[in-house]
Amino acid sequence: MAEIQLGNLLIYYKEIINGYYLFHIFIGVDMIKEIKIGGFGGQGVILSGVIIGKAATLFDKKNSVQTQSYGPEARGGASKTEILISDEEIRYPKAQNPDILIIMSHEALLKYHADLKEEGILIIDPDLVHLDVISDFISEHKIDVYEANVTKIATEEIGMKIVANIVMVGVVTKITKLISVDAAKKAIIDSVPKGSENKNISAFESGYNLF
Amino acid sequence: MVEDNESTETDFITYEEKNPYIKYFRKDRLPTIFCSGCGIGITINSFLKGFESSGMDFNNLSLVSGIGCSSRIPGYLNCDSLHTSHGRALSFATGLKVGNPDLDVVVFTGDGDAAAIGGNHLIHAARRNINLTVICINNNIYGMTGGQISPTSPEGSLATTAPYGSIDTPFNLIDLVTAAGATFTGRWTTAHPLQLSNSIKNGLLNNGFSFIEVVSQCPTYYGRKNKLKTPVSMIKMFKESSINKRKVGTLSEKELLSKIVIGEFVNKKREEFSNKLENLSHKESGRNTIRKSAYIL
Amino acid sequence: MTKELFIQGNEACARGAIEAGCRFFGGYPITPSTEIAEYLSTTLPEVSGSFIQMEDELSAIGAVIAASWSGVKSMTATSGPGFSLMQENIGFAMMSETPLVVVDVQRGSPSTGQPTMSGQGDMMQARWGSHGDYEPIAISPSSVQEFFDFTVLGFNLAEKYRVPVIILADEVIGHMREKVRLPDNVETFKRIMPKEDPKDFLPFKNVRNGTNPMPAFGDGYNIHVTGLTHNELGYPITINPKVHSNLVRRLVNKILKNRKDIVSCDFKYCDDADIVLISYGSPVRSIMETVKIGRSSGIKLGYLKINTPYPFPEDEVVKIAKNVNDLMVVEMNLGQMFHEIERVASSNAGVHLFSEIGGTLPKPNDILDRILELL
Repeated sequence: MAEIQLGNLLIYYKEIINGYYLFHIFIGVDMIKEIKIGGFGGQGVILSGVIIGKAATLFDKKNSVQTQSYGPEARGGASKTEILISDEEIRYPKAQNPDILIIMSHEALLKYHADLKEEGILIIDPDLVHLDVISDFISEHKIDVYEANVTKIATEEIGMKIVANIVMVGVVTKITKLISVDAAKKAIIDSVPKGSENKNISAFESGYNLF
Repeated sequence: MVEDNESTETDFITYEEKNPYIKYFRKDRLPTIFCSGCGIGITINSFLKGFESSGMDFNNLSLVSGIGCSSRIPGYLNCDSLHTSHGRALSFATGLKVGNPDLDVVVFTGDGDAAAIGGNHLIHAARRNINLTVICINNNIYGMTGGQISPTSPEGSLATTAPYGSIDTPFNLIDLVTAAGATFTGRWTTAHPLQLSNSIKNGLLNNGFSFIEVVSQCPTYYGRKNKLKTPVSMIKMFKESSINKRKVGTLSEKELLSKIVIGEFVNKKREEFSNKLENLSHKESGRNTIRKSAYIL
Repeated sequence: MTKELFIQGNEACARGAIEAGCRFFGGYPITPSTEIAEYLSTTLPEVSGSFIQMEDELSAIGAVIAASWSGVKSMTATSGPGFSLMQENIGFAMMSETPLVVVDVQRGSPSTGQPTMSGQGDMMQARWGSHGDYEPIAISPSSVQEFFDFTVLGFNLAEKYRVPVIILADEVIGHMREKVRLPDNVETFKRIMPKEDPKDFLPFKNVRNGTNPMPAFGDGYNIHVTGLTHNELGYPITINPKVHSNLVRRLVNKILKNRKDIVSCDFKYCDDADIVLISYGSPVRSIMETVKIGRSSGIKLGYLKINTPYPFPEDEVVKIAKNVNDLMVVEMNLGQMFHEIERVASSNAGVHLFSEIGGTLPKPNDILDRILELL
């Protein structure tokens, strides 16, 4: 049994006898936007997911679920978060075929790129990944690629490497329009340590103005 | 409806006349399950004498125990009592004291309960210096299960699980809890009831973790297995092998192996755990922890 | 005005506990439950409560039981390996009728298994983990909101029936963030003090509804609490068969006879369904999605969401089984509640198992694959 999803149609098909296929077509699959962010521990990958989810639910009044997975390492291991955003109730909380994939480490690129939806959006930090290894995948699936050098911007423009994740939230807000600027800023202020709000808002704006 | 098939018809009038502490007992539970000649009786009397002389209120006393002969004591005394699972008495006592720091909490335990299965809880309760008075009745054997070796059985002593003599090295319980941070420790034998009751009083009055070891006779198992068949011969042995801590200096390490060092070893001040929690509550909420909040929240 | 937050399931659980009146937490750190302890270590002192990190899970549950007898609503939180260590004294709490809440945020198992991944391998341990006959109450949340609500419910049921209540959550719900609405007023069940004079009070009386009022230590009732078989006064009576039988039957019946009050299930689209999916905890999210997709394409699916695995909702499962061709149990183990469902439903419907182990949620598309094979 194989499956393809086209918009809100989910199509299952199975070859019964040579050349004869059995199809099941499911309509009305929810228009849930799925975002996956992958990187390594310590980059603030999970916090960026929390901020996007918080912006969508508390400030844009949509529905959102944020999940995460991580290895046993306290620092430096693989780190991943998924955020689902929808106007409707979200039942299944995990991303199945992300619409948007954000990659902050080469390991994450190799691990997650294949899940990306046909014509999906891929945002990478070009200083952390070698995109050429998936160039066939990108052309074959018509992936829309954005290169956002968020770590460099955080280091050089803000003077704090650790706000690269917030720069990335700015990039995502601009490119995907899944959350509003106002909601994103409120969610950042609500989530970052007291006293660091201004630096983080600057980081967000740098990312937002990159595209 | 109260069924009580473990007690038999006995006349207690003579007890009441002879024993001034009988008023603290649940008389409907007597006689006890303890063997005749057991050291627990002397320990209970010494405890009640020490308790009376401490000036504390019996109505405010809670007793906690685990499993073993000594852990049956709380069931016979007429106060709130918690008879828990094997080795866990100190963890229960910790929850009780933290839940209501106004209670005076005393733990009755034995060598197996405190030092084998409950050894971890023992060192951590001492480390916290939580205000509990632990009375550890050490008979060097598992009595309730029929005479197996314990963590304090002397090397070479016989037991049903050491038919060739114990090859284990015994724990020195006082050294153990002292190293872990107890602020009051004392050791006596059942041949020293007055000194014992005095140390129990001192332990009760110490606002911290107090540990009193009572070297006690189990004529039924330890005595029978180790050529000390009568309670009298065991108590005689305790008297002969006891040495006050002041005189220890004159003996070699080898000579000390066969001795029971008695006395009070530690009596010092250190901040108590439930007080620290109360201070934290005061700092963060402006008041002490709420007592009996389950009835109002 | 209700407050809305975007928080992790574990934080929602801790907040629920505070709202329910919990003022004592004793625990030992273990992934993926640790955030509950961390949150309460900050919050409990702020509400005049006590937090203590114990030396292991054996002592954590002991401290919680005794704190409950001191008159304070008490809880602990753990995961599979710690839950195993707590079984001894969960049995003590059953026998001594001690109200408390144990939160088990399940992870991949057996043994230390998969600390950062999800699983539901503790279902039978929650039912039969301690030795002997007893009837646990267990509640499984399938959303962050439910982790808050069910923790409150857990405390209320624990106090009402004087039993330990187990919240059987899992890593997905513990670590997931979602919107939670915190109500202004949380209804709590306040512990009932005996009305009788201490000398007339039988703390473990064989009362008709099974549950007695509960005095606290220090109230003058001079109560004796023991894990040994005891008579109505609380005194150990260990060789009288009738005393043991009366006691254990009362403890079991006080839950079973109040099954209707305790059991909670939600079901949807079951009236005309050909196949009903059954789950509890986080995989409920998978079956809800599966039913949505199936229904929109003309496959008559329904779902039964079990909120209280224990007492097991026998009547509810049988009622649905009578109306459908097949039931499919979806769980993150190799079949635990499946056997319970098969036991009560197999004479009325085909009972199938969809197992997912490895740490991730069952995927709706994979469940659909299995359903298409049944059609």
